Amino acid sequence: MLPYAMDTDLSSQDRKDLDKFIKFFALKTVQVIVQARLGEKICTRSSSSPTGSDWFNLAIKDIPEVTHEAKKALAGQLPAVGRSMCVEISLKTSEGDSMELEIWCLEMNEKCDKEIKVSYTVYNRLSLLLKSLLAITRVTPAYRLSRKQGHEYVILYRIYFGEVQLSGLGEGFQTVRVGTVGTPVGTITLSCAYRINLAFMSTRQFERTPPIMGIIIDHFVDRPYPSSSPMHPCNYRAGEDNGAVYPSVEDSQEVCTTSFSTSPPSQCVFTVTKTHFQTPPPVVTDTLKVPVMGLAFSHQPAALGVGSADMGYPVLFAGGLNAAHPHQLLGPGKEGGVPPVPSQPAHGTQADQERMCTPLDGVHYSAATPSSSEDTETVSNSSEGKSGSPHDLLETIFIRKVGAFVNKPINQVTMANLDIPFAMFAPKNVELEDNDPMVNPPDSPETESPLQGSLHSEGSSGSSTGNTHDDFVMIDFKPAFSKDDILPMDLGTFYREFQNPPQLSSLSIDIGAQSMAEDLDSLPEKLAVHEKNVKEFDAFVETLQ
Amino acid sequence: MNCRAEVLEVSVEGRQVEEAMLAVLHTVLLHRSTGKFHYKKEGTYSIGTVGTQDVDCDFIDFAYVRVSSEELDRALRKAVGEFKDALRSSGSDGMGQISLEFYQKKKSRWPFSDECIPWELWTIKVNVVNLANEQERQICREKVGEKLCEKIINIVEVMNRHEYLPKMPTQSEVDNVFDTSLKDVQPYLYKISYQITDSLGTSVTTTMRRLIKDTLAL
Repeated sequence: MLPYAMDTDLSSQDRKDLDKFIKFFALKTVQVIVQARLGEKICTRSSSSPTGSDWFNLAIKDIPEVTHEAKKALAGQLPAVGRSMCVEISLKTSEGDSMELEIWCLEMNEKCDKEIKVSYTVYNRLSLLLKSLLAITRVTPAYRLSRKQGHEYVILYRIYFGEVQLSGLGEGFQTVRVGTVGTPVGTITLSCAYRINLAFMSTRQFERTPPIMGIIIDHFVDRPYPSSSPMHPCNYRAGEDNGAVYPSVEDSQEVCTTSFSTSPPSQCVFTVTKTHFQTPPPVVTDTLKVPVMGLAFSHQPAALGVGSADMGYPVLFAGGLNAAHPHQLLGPGKEGGVPPVPSQPAHGTQADQERMCTPLDGVHYSAATPSSSEDTETVSNSSEGKSGSPHDLLETIFIRKVGAFVNKPINQVTMANLDIPFAMFAPKNVELEDNDPMVNPPDSPETESPLQGSLHSEGSSGSSTGNTHDDFVMIDFKPAFSKDDILPMDLGTFYREFQNPPQLSSLSIDIGAQSMAEDLDSLPEKLAVHEKNVKEFDAFVETLQ
Repeated sequence: MNCRAEVLEVSVEGRQVEEAMLAVLHTVLLHRSTGKFHYKKEGTYSIGTVGTQDVDCDFIDFAYVRVSSEELDRALRKAVGEFKDALRSSGSDGMGQISLEFYQKKKSRWPFSDECIPWELWTIKVNVVNLANEQERQICREKVGEKLCEKIINIVEVMNRHEYLPKMPTQSEVDNVFDTSLKDVQPYLYKISYQITDSLGTSVTTTMRRLIKDTLAL
């Protein structure tokens, strides 16, 4: 209940009230921003009877963890001149790369409005400012990104107090002012600086080549390999779901797996498509690390037992690109500097636990065609490290044929070179690229015969080894052979929804984890059993004759 | 007192008209609605709580926040629906405008009816385009989404100027300033009207009365 006060001087009561308003305004600001980045639609009810606990007469839920973080950052202080409260929103991929998207700043300057009524006008204007914040948080680019988070990346927030640091936003960031409220002790300003250049790369061990499209690469320049360390020493808390804490880097892969699966019902429309139209077992599928429409973070739930997802993929973001293929390889970074493939059993046990660059699955590559280096890279970058059972060579090759489509090295990718197979089926929205600063169309190789392509992929992968261009483009998901998404349930939606089928139980870790030795050990028992039944077998054979 | 006027222009495809208009109108009304007033002893009142909810657009790559009030939403949808139908059936080249006007009532002595004095007027000029194929529609989805983001920023900027707002009324005056007919929120008194521009450039005015029950007619 807000009494209608008549005071005009800043009495001590007013001062106390003002401080309280500012404090709760800061806390509510943080709640609004973080809730707007959870990836869910927010809905609160209006209530005509005042409960007395809804600050600023707005129904804004209080997530306890967020309040705790905010209070911790404020440490009993209030925003003042030179001491701003900042909420940093960043994006973190399943490989551990992260990128700052926005900084929301609550600042105070010295311009005072002595005449204003604290308990009435200031309060109502703060309420209005919160409404503006609700509106503005939905129009910055990070909102759409946050609605699609879950599988390949998450949105994180960090609250800090003090000087505003905008350097992590890349060049050319934009600012939007949400609003100002004058008070007798200063003017409160709420604004947001947001990144518009969404191209980033992970340097890892790869050399950098100049960007093809002139996309500015200025992020993670000095990140050590394999680095997934947090960008800032402050806590990273997941802005997603119920404040699940994201553990340390080394566990990121595991965490990503589990946390993504428990993430809120995904409103992700664009999930990374690492599928292709053959639906091979997930294990093999994931070896095809292909850049995707939508988000070019590859999600590799299962690989041939190779871990090392720390070799993050550079990711390019582009909008609305056409592609006949949902999965185009955009990973120049992957192709450089890959260690040679040792010969090893196909079981991925050892790789399971190793998140660093691990030995690669030699068996897989013994069947490899010359483009092994590309595939090696691919496999080594699989994130989950769940091992798959050995695949027969034919299947491997068959799968790699899809890889062949995407083996075209980045340095052959140009704006004009949209050399897509089945190009006539591809939507012709090339003109979108002109409008999108982040466009870097992934290119797919030109092979007509898939199988042919895999066997001749050395051209692409070979040269791709030397290609270390690190830009990645995030592009819209447009499945092959699909015309534009008009219908609610169409090919694109189908891909997205079913592209991450659960692991087949026969390919699960447990089974794959068995070593050869154990298999051999169990053979005598099996033989003994069969020998006991030899009479039945003989009878059976006779019936066949 | 002068009425503050803001004009926004959008070019949309036919099926996007409704969502675009609702996005803008709801954003304005979010800022121009408060909780229900409950008057206590002399001169004091308490204010109810305004809830909000996210709305995703189906035909535009856009989402906006509106007040959680089904009555208000219905009222706006009705107005926008009529505007859309008028646009479509007018046979014009698809140009029209919809206006949201906030006003105060000033009581006059009998037999004169009360005056309605506008203090803020929002006009959204709409240009309906026809697109040839799905390609263009997809581009339009994104473009209109970006445009609407700009409009929201414009609206917030205007709201932030903290220019004239009617004084908070006493209990007896509250109906002259606010629309108290809704059960969960209390927007300032408003009315929505629209005009369709036919191909000759002349305007065919269709004025609609406030959709929410009003005790006094103009």
